[in-house]
Amino acid sequence: MANDQGTAIPDAPAGDLPAAAPLPHDGVRRRDFIHIAAVSAAGIGGLAVVYPLISQMGASADVLAESSTEIDISAIQPGQAIKAVWRKQPVFLRNLTPQEIAKADAVDITTLRDPATLAERTTAGKKNWLITMGVCTHLGCVPLGAGAGEIKGEFGGYFCPCHGSVYDTAARIRKGPAPKNLEVPLHSFTSDTIVKIG
Amino acid sequence: MSFPWAQQYVPTSPFMRWMDEKLPLPRLIHGAVGPGFPVPRNLSYFWNFGVLAGVCLVIQILTGVILAMHFAPNAAIAFDSTEHIMRDVNWGWLLRYAHANGASAFFVVVYIHIFRGLFYGSYKAPREMIWLLGVVIYLLMMATGFMGYVLPWGQMSFWGAKVITGLFSAIPIVGTPLQQWLLGGFAPDNAALNRFFSLHFLLPFVIAGVVILHIWALHIPGSSNPTGVAVKQESDTVPFHPYYTAKDGFGLGIFLLVYCAFVFFMPNALGHPDNYIPANPLSTPAHIVPEWYYWPFYAILRAFTSDLVIPFTHIVLVPAKLLGVMAMFSAILLMFFLPWLDTSPVRSGHYRPLFKKFFFFGLIPCVLVLGYCGGAPAAEPFVMISQVAAIYYFAHFLIILPLVSSFERPDPLPFSITEAVLGHDGRARLAPMAAAATTPDAAGIAPAHPA
Repeated sequence: MANDQGTAIPDAPAGDLPAAAPLPHDGVRRRDFIHIAAVSAAGIGGLAVVYPLISQMGASADVLAESSTEIDISAIQPGQAIKAVWRKQPVFLRNLTPQEIAKADAVDITTLRDPATLAERTTAGKKNWLITMGVCTHLGCVPLGAGAGEIKGEFGGYFCPCHGSVYDTAARIRKGPAPKNLEVPLHSFTSDTIVKIG
Repeated sequence: MSFPWAQQYVPTSPFMRWMDEKLPLPRLIHGAVGPGFPVPRNLSYFWNFGVLAGVCLVIQILTGVILAMHFAPNAAIAFDSTEHIMRDVNWGWLLRYAHANGASAFFVVVYIHIFRGLFYGSYKAPREMIWLLGVVIYLLMMATGFMGYVLPWGQMSFWGAKVITGLFSAIPIVGTPLQQWLLGGFAPDNAALNRFFSLHFLLPFVIAGVVILHIWALHIPGSSNPTGVAVKQESDTVPFHPYYTAKDGFGLGIFLLVYCAFVFFMPNALGHPDNYIPANPLSTPAHIVPEWYYWPFYAILRAFTSDLVIPFTHIVLVPAKLLGVMAMFSAILLMFFLPWLDTSPVRSGHYRPLFKKFFFFGLIPCVLVLGYCGGAPAAEPFVMISQVAAIYYFAHFLIILPLVSSFERPDPLPFSITEAVLGHDGRARLAPMAAAATTPDAAGIAPAHPA
């Protein structure tokens, strides 16, 4: 016995079972339809089962619910910075001095690895408030420079001790292996002293 | 696998030839569930339930391993982490409902599998080892299911753990220290929850190991069949693939429909609302019952209400509590002796007129009644009904079955599976003497043809 694909179906004991129905003219049997329908249903069903099994490892609703955080910045004096936590990651909030702003603005951005002006990285009218992720864009360490007494690196911004990436006063990458500037998270000032991140 | 006419595995491509030399996994599959495994041609849908049980085990391990990624086995947060799974984790509700109802589905399938074996005499020679391993699997399932039910740390979890470990306190002298050792304390708490989680994760893999032995032991004599007559010739069998892969596939589809109906439309139908209340060591739920699959044994446990005393004195030989515990464990351990309690050479209940009556009008109603009473409150008339049913349960296996085996006159068996299916078998004309001399019948059961 062979089906129309030419693969062998193991023979039933001779003469005991009813023989398979003869092939109709177009060579398609009812059983072919059943095979395709059954395997298709099993395939689609299998995919439907696999989806939740994979999706369950993604961020759960309670993790996603930590989407925004509000931070009081009233106590940060010019030249100071604080570290806050947003989505379990550090955020640097820095009150730039006029000198630091001038230093950042003096740079020709065409020479930068990841060109951006300080104005583009801050809120209009709040140019002294530099808010960035405290996550080095190289491999994710927390750069130094936000805490009091920490090394700020040769460009006066941040220095990542892991692999020596150096960021300037606008937290732009200037030297070392990191490919990008420190990321500026979505943020807005809900008042003069409260900033909402996320 | 063991029949001489089994199709031989022939690797067709150079890669498969190379594979066959290095790791003959395709050969193993071919011989175990493929065209190389001849199976009796007359298996009914009752023979689907072994495969279905295997599917249930896979579902439980898969969903269980995933749930363990999100669950925290700590008494302070276990309940909250269960709710976290239900509310926050992507598809967590589906995974937990699939796991909780998967346990019930596993037991439904296994109970049908067991009663199939009880009716068709699948426990008899040459398949005793398959049966014994099956009872081991069943015991492991009961332990695993119980410990899993404790993990959500709801009221039923907590009090279930307390009551079930309390069973051990009935044992004289060592009972109370044993219970404290099992719990790691005086009552269920973090230590108990942690060890139950660890064991609940481990035991399914132990079950999987015993299942492999169960299937290995099955492949030595091959499957039994509804006639109980041993395979004699090639015309008695068909290859497992495609015949039983298709039949099992169809049965699997039906099973999944029923299973999904529970998971999606009545996921809590088999659970207890009380388990959505966090565990409270100071308040026992008014009506405390185990999961439905333990009910028959729970009824036996509660059936013993008075101490065994020396007649006309007040000297207690065995307290009621210990009697109940002993009876409950005996009810399961009894199954280990079944192959030697039923001495009838005829396997299938179809050909045993007396056995059949006791099976359908005795054992089945008895277990159903015990199950109902196990889920009912511990009050009259359920206690008295449980007592009657428990007496019948033990009498059925210890007295009725051996007696029926010796007094019963079985109906004539078909000469072969082929004859049972087709109504005739060319070789049967040579029967009975010539056929008996030339056909391999491992069990040595001569067909009871009318002389």
